[in-house]
Amino acid sequence: MADNPKDLRYTKEHEWARRTGATVVVGVTAHAQEALGDVVYVDLPKVGASLVAGSSFGTVESTKAVSELFAPLGGKVVKVNQALADEPALINQDPYGKGWICEVEPSKPSELDALMDADAYAALLASAPA
Amino acid sequence: MARKTPLYEAHRALGARLVDFAGWEMPVQYTSVIAEHEAVRNAAGLFDVSHMGEVEFRGAGALASANALITNDLARIADGQAVYAGLLNEAGGFVDDVVAYRFSPERILICVNASNRAKDFAWMAEHAKGVKPVDRGDDYAQLALQGPKAPAILQRLTPVRLEGIATYHFAEGTVAGVGCIVSRTGYTGEDGFEVYCPPERAVELWNALLEAGAQDGLRPAGLGARDTLRTEMKYALYGNDIDDVHTPLEAGLGWIVKWDKGDFVGRAALERQKQAGVPRKLVGFEMREPGIPRHGYPLLEGSTAAGVVTSGTMGPSVKKAIGIGYLPAALAREGAQVAVEIRGRPVKAEVVKTPFWRRS
Repeated sequence: MADNPKDLRYTKEHEWARRTGATVVVGVTAHAQEALGDVVYVDLPKVGASLVAGSSFGTVESTKAVSELFAPLGGKVVKVNQALADEPALINQDPYGKGWICEVEPSKPSELDALMDADAYAALLASAPA
Repeated sequence: MARKTPLYEAHRALGARLVDFAGWEMPVQYTSVIAEHEAVRNAAGLFDVSHMGEVEFRGAGALASANALITNDLARIADGQAVYAGLLNEAGGFVDDVVAYRFSPERILICVNASNRAKDFAWMAEHAKGVKPVDRGDDYAQLALQGPKAPAILQRLTPVRLEGIATYHFAEGTVAGVGCIVSRTGYTGEDGFEVYCPPERAVELWNALLEAGAQDGLRPAGLGARDTLRTEMKYALYGNDIDDVHTPLEAGLGWIVKWDKGDFVGRAALERQKQAGVPRKLVGFEMREPGIPRHGYPLLEGSTAAGVVTSGTMGPSVKKAIGIGYLPAALAREGAQVAVEIRGRPVKAEVVKTPFWRRS
């Protein structure tokens, strides 16, 4: 099992969120990309879109499967990772780095604190083996 | 409880991800669908397809009995040759799509889809006049060795002269000392073989093939790659692209219907459809805007529902999002502009010539 960075927050739908000053960067976890297999397409949200915590805001697709992205927190999308349009496999190669999905200006920054930390997420993965 | 092929432990040892497919626990991938797909296009891949079924007609009149159940014509091929065919219901829909092997007029072996084994056998037993079928599904394991390097790899292990086996022909002989049926057929669009062997020898054969092919880049390949490979060729998958309500004429498989043979189940319905005109056709299309079509998504003309997507993926070799689906006959022409409804949004697509993949 790949190490999940300690400085991130996690959801049970296998997204991560990283606070970077006033905004939060969102992506999918190493476990999620592994379960998906080769990512071949990412349906990114639009800059300016409003996210509602827990609601679908895009999809990540492998050759065979479509997986919805669920917002870890509410807010406004201020930036999306355009590199994924040409190179969706970045999600497989570097899920916590170059494979980031979008950057959000949170409407309620406290929502971030309600998410799991790395230890809780590791425990979740351990309790539900793939 | 899902059934397991004789290679189940071998798949686990190779680190395969196993999924339930038609009631069988099968490898969907070993490492990566794309890497396995590319191995088949560029070198070779080895698939376990032991879940597929086999039905045999044996004895005087076997050919006539089997031939009356399928759309293609076993009477016009030679011994040692095979045909792709439809096994149809009375309405002309597919009970299954099959490959029928002619060993002799007294021995016909029909390979059927895993998902349809019980249904096909019951159908054939009920409708066969004369010689009755025997279910041989548990008597064969089947490995598919596919890719440009397949002939060289297989030749290292068999005294059978593979050069002498043309496409859709087969021979009996040993491979790695195991008595096999070696058939030059496949489901990938590449040269290759499907090798039938006794289940208790399957592991031995599998290991011998992987070892013999290692130097050529042979790798085990799962159902994920099998699906992307066949989709790039627009080969139909039963349950996705063809089923018991669509006819071969609708599915673009008119070539497997031989009108100059005698009667077969479904013939009258096909004749009626041919007379009246085929209402819808299975086409291939490419996306013209970002998005991947998937089975069940609506196909639109303008904003009106016109048909349905039956298969779709990102083609690893064609490097495009491609799909297969039924459209009304008027739209089933190259260049027709349509859209796929993806999560409530119309995404532009264009009907194109198939297969999607051609070796350049």
